[in-house]
Formats: sequence, C-alpha cells, structure tokens
Amino acid sequence: MGLLRDSDVVEIRARLQEMVSPVKLIHFTQELNLEYGRETRELLEELAQISDKLSLETYNFLLEKEKVTEYAVDKVPATVIRNGKDFGIRFFGLPGGYEFSTLLDAILAVSKDDSGLKPESREKLSQLTQPLHLEVFSTPS
Amino acid sequence: MRLAYQFALESDFVRADGVEATEFPELASAYRVYAVPKTVVNGGAFIEGSLPEEFFLDEILKTLAPPKEEGSS
Repeated sequence: MGLLRDSDVVEIRARLQEMVSPVKLIHFTQELNLEYGRETRELLEELAQISDKLSLETYNFLLEKEKVTEYAVDKVPATVIRNGKDFGIRFFGLPGGYEFSTLLDAILAVSKDDSGLKPESREKLSQLTQPLHLEVFSTPS
Repeated sequence: MRLAYQFALESDFVRADGVEATEFPELASAYRVYAVPKTVVNGGAFIEGSLPEEFFLDEILKTLAPPKEEGSS
C-alpha cells in the first residue's frame, strides 16, 4: 500500500495540472541509519508518478559525492526542487502534513518560474548583492 | 517556508532550505529552535514565527547589510 491515499492522489493531480514546464526532484538519501529515509523516497516516488511533468532522480548521499557537491547538500534526506535551473530550493526531511502542501506549492512555482511575490518584494530582492542563506525550521503539523 | 522558497525563486543570491526540525535535532538544537517556524539567516540571525511577506523580507534584509553611515564600526 502506498503512502498517498487515492483521494490524496486525485487532489494532488488536480493541483499539478497547473504545471507549465517540467520539474525535477533531485533526492539524496542514505537509507541505512535514517529514520524516515525509505518513507521519504517512497513518498517522492509516488508523487513523481502523478504528473508527466514531474520527475525524480535519487542519489546515494554517501556514494555519489559529485552530485552531493554539485547541489551543496550537507544532510539527508534532502530534496532539491528545480526545473532547467537550480534556484536553491531544498527540503530536508520527510515532507509531511503542511510541509507536503508547501512542497507542492514550490513545485508549481518552479514550474511556472514565477515567485508570485509582490512587486515591492521583487524590487528589494533584485538589489541583493550578497548570498542569503535561509534555513526555515518547521514541523509537519 | 513558502516565502523563503519564493525568495529563492526570485533571486539567484537566495538559497532556501526547509528543514524538518524533528529529523535534525542536533541542528535544531544548535540553532536553538524551540518553536517553529524559525528562520535562520546566514547561519546567525534568526526570525521567529510567520510574518507577512513584506515584514518577513524586511526583517531578513535588516540582518544583512551593516549600516552604511561613515564612521560606524
């Protein structure tokens, strides 16, 4: 039995119909020693099957160092959400509950290549001249 | 987290990591994450709670640039 219920799949499929360009989920894992490693991978596999525009690549965190370096991933499970370009969007852990909804929103935003931000925010961000690393801690509920 | 992702999408300078706090207890502890959401900026300054878009961005930007007045140190 899958992690996503049939009713979830119907709802997710409806949301993902808004997708424009293809989105890739780049997943890094190390299933041994990870409490939710297997569940996270399975959830992403089930998700990626829901839309033709969504694909999943999975890499072993310990063995595939080149990819680990390319995506600057320092802990697992890690999931990069990108299209042709890597925007620097990552999720670490099992995206459950509210976080799953955030993941879907991120997929849609990346697919549309539109942040959806207000013009004033876009203007302020366009003036950035130094790297800004945001780590947002959350819990599933 | 949603806003942080939107910021990353908008600017090449921004990297946004969503972190499931309970799965990374050591990191959460190092950053003193006792309540969520908590946003850590460049590994130092932090913002607690959810804020509307403009306030959240302003709070983040405030942590960045040092004041530009001459003579400040």
